[in-house]
Amino acid sequence: MNSFLPWIILLAPLVSAALITLFTLRWKTLSSSISIAAVLVSFTCSCLIFAHRTATAAEFTWINISGAFQVPLGLTLDQLSRTMVVLVSGIGAAIHIYSLGYMRDDEGKSRYFAALSLFMFAMLGIVLANNFVMLFIFWELVGFTSYVLIGHWFYRDAAADAANKAFITTRIGDFGFMIGILMLWMAAGSVVFTEMAPRMATLAGHPPFLTIVALLIFCGAVGKSAQFPLHVWLPDAMEGPTPISALIHAATMVAAGVYMLVRVAFVIQASHTALLIIAWIGTITAVMAALIATQQNDIKRILAYSTLSQLGYMVMAVGLASSDAAMFHLFTHAFFKALLFLAAGSVIVMLHHEQDIWKMGGLSRKLPITFITFVVGALALIGCPPFSGFFSKDAILALAYERNTPIFFLALFTAFLTAFYVIRLLVIVFFGEPRSNIARESRESPPVMTVPLIVLSLLATLGGFAFFARNFLALPVEKEIAIIVPALAIVALIVGGGLAIALYRNRLTEPVKDLELLRHKFYFDEAYSWLIYWTQELLARVSAFVDRWIIDAGAVGGSSRGTWGIGALLRLVQVGNLQGYVFLFGLGVVAVIYFAVFR
Amino acid sequence: MSPFLFWLFASLTVIFGAAVVINRNPVASALSLVASFLGLAALFMSLDAYFVGIIQVLVYAGAVMVLFLFIVMLLNLQAEERRRINWLAAAGGITVAVILLVQIAVTIGRFEAARQAFPPLARSTDDVWNIGALLFSNYNLPFQIVGVLVLVATIGVVLLSKREPR
Amino acid sequence: MVTLGDYLLVSGVLFSIGFAGVMLRRNLIIILMSLELMLNAANLSLVAFSRFRVDSSGLPNYNAQVFVFFIITVAAAEVAVGLAILVALFRARQTTDVKDISSLKF
Repeated sequence: MNSFLPWIILLAPLVSAALITLFTLRWKTLSSSISIAAVLVSFTCSCLIFAHRTATAAEFTWINISGAFQVPLGLTLDQLSRTMVVLVSGIGAAIHIYSLGYMRDDEGKSRYFAALSLFMFAMLGIVLANNFVMLFIFWELVGFTSYVLIGHWFYRDAAADAANKAFITTRIGDFGFMIGILMLWMAAGSVVFTEMAPRMATLAGHPPFLTIVALLIFCGAVGKSAQFPLHVWLPDAMEGPTPISALIHAATMVAAGVYMLVRVAFVIQASHTALLIIAWIGTITAVMAALIATQQNDIKRILAYSTLSQLGYMVMAVGLASSDAAMFHLFTHAFFKALLFLAAGSVIVMLHHEQDIWKMGGLSRKLPITFITFVVGALALIGCPPFSGFFSKDAILALAYERNTPIFFLALFTAFLTAFYVIRLLVIVFFGEPRSNIARESRESPPVMTVPLIVLSLLATLGGFAFFARNFLALPVEKEIAIIVPALAIVALIVGGGLAIALYRNRLTEPVKDLELLRHKFYFDEAYSWLIYWTQELLARVSAFVDRWIIDAGAVGGSSRGTWGIGALLRLVQVGNLQGYVFLFGLGVVAVIYFAVFR
Repeated sequence: MSPFLFWLFASLTVIFGAAVVINRNPVASALSLVASFLGLAALFMSLDAYFVGIIQVLVYAGAVMVLFLFIVMLLNLQAEERRRINWLAAAGGITVAVILLVQIAVTIGRFEAARQAFPPLARSTDDVWNIGALLFSNYNLPFQIVGVLVLVATIGVVLLSKREPR
Repeated sequence: MVTLGDYLLVSGVLFSIGFAGVMLRRNLIIILMSLELMLNAANLSLVAFSRFRVDSSGLPNYNAQVFVFFIITVAAAEVAVGLAILVALFRARQTTDVKDISSLKF
């Protein structure tokens, strides 16, 4: 097997992005074709690599500072990477094709596909990187392309602001990540993953160091995977086109955080304190996001908060020291969340970009294929057997049951909430009577959009079964799981779903009006903007003080007035006063005598 | 010379010298200066410099001070009125003078030879003869030049005092 | 016993007094008189040193006294010219106050 083949996976989208940006921006169809061709090439090569388990990639040395600091450019091709590469390029390919339909009439189609290709390059880079520095570079690149894509309709203030918010918030996490990488390099002497793992043993005697390093590395995941407290950017990122929300903010980029944690599990699992903190942050995120989702009225926002909640589950699994459970849920979540977003996109575009669920209704009859695929995705999301979500969520719940009881109950509560808000969404959007004219006049989407939906729904159905998933992942070990866990999960599911149906059936407006706290997302955005305002205010006041009093009055004014004063003094020497001159003469004589006689 | 006489004439000189500076009336200042010169002449005598002492009286006290008094009378200079004293300038001036005096005093104090007594002279010295001999032999040229100088001064004075022709 | 240092001290005092007079008095005549005082202080120093340096034949060093002779002569000439200038100035400005002749400015 050619050792350059893995490089083709990585570089094909880059070539496509470069071509489109430099040459073909004017021709939209050509641009989209180049982009789709590139991603299909990547996908094909990924499948080839997946089939040949012994493939290796050529490695190049990039930085080599006298042996002390070496950064190679290399690709890692273990089972985790192969699976992820197939997942990313596969879902990416589906979304590229879907975008043809969704962005059909958009005037920025070329730059959309260019940015999309660049994103594919960056995401594949994260998944394939074999050392921390390379990972970090692609990490930042993914953040940048996410910024570009969220702000695709940049002439809308909300989109531009959301793009800024995403970039800045993830940047905060990346800062901690970078410090963590530097500390690790300092401790382990190398940045290549395979070289670092054995060296972790030397640090076993320094628990505080390990905890701090693990938490700093986790900061990167907190930012990128939108965990509490850096979760605020993900809901706003829904300002971007829906295929982007599907690809970046459901299936791939946000999963990068979890992937990274799994990749460096040898660091994180070295510290029990860090694991505990990680698990709790994941849990808090899951519960909080689920609570907020129950009161949202924008279809994409509900899905965004559900993403947050599921990411919380994955992080919780990482914190409970099972990378396998986390990856399993990531794997299934990628399918059904992408499916849900694309189906939502289908609804939105067929309703002429209407996103408020209270203007929808009865769409089960108008958009049948979308409806069926959406139902599949929804059932997978709430963990209903036999869909994939049941197996992965169950694995995590079992883990929690075994290892940490408070977390288990919170996870169960979140499962209840998940069922509640998903069924709420289903009931309001697809059942009952249409609530607006747009809903009444809608019809099914074209095949270019429905075919990817069907493909993804098949994957969402089959993905959980062992015979399918075993080829891709190391499945969580199936021990003697107490039957109580799946039983409780199904009970939570039924209770939540039933409650939702009871509350929301045949309603015209939101019946539950008093939960302001949830509707306003726990006032996080308000708190952050207050904090930023006051920090900047303070800084501005201090700067103004320094500028006005120390620089203007002190340095500039002082030096000018000082010079003027000294000049005025010196001027007295030459006033034409004879006796003044004599006085100075005498001073001179005294000085000369002093230096001649007394020194 | 007995110390008593030395200190008498020395204090005379100094006191009248101070009076020159302090007096408001120019005539009083001029007369004080005369008295100061006389004291100085006495001091010269005490140093066995008889010729210089006589010259001091004849030329300085006799001619130069007379000239000063002539001019004072000519210009009819009155006593200065009391006016505001610029204390800052006065303080500065006095400070410089005092520092100068202190420096001189300290230098003299450090000068070893200043504490010795005067060496004894030979039999009575004939200083007119000796000075004259020096003047006309070693210092002949400067002597002639000084003569020319005095001539030039005379011409200059005459020129300077001419009134503008009407 | 009177020593050289005493004469030198008197000379120094006279010189300082004269210098103070030049600095502090406003009347030009007084200034000229103070200048004379300074010159005479120098003369006293010279004569004292002349008496102090006695050569092998028992005679004082007359070089200094010749110098004093010249100083007196030149001082006399200088006073004459100085007073003539003063008279001319008085005729032109009607004042002998030194503050009124301040053309030597920047």
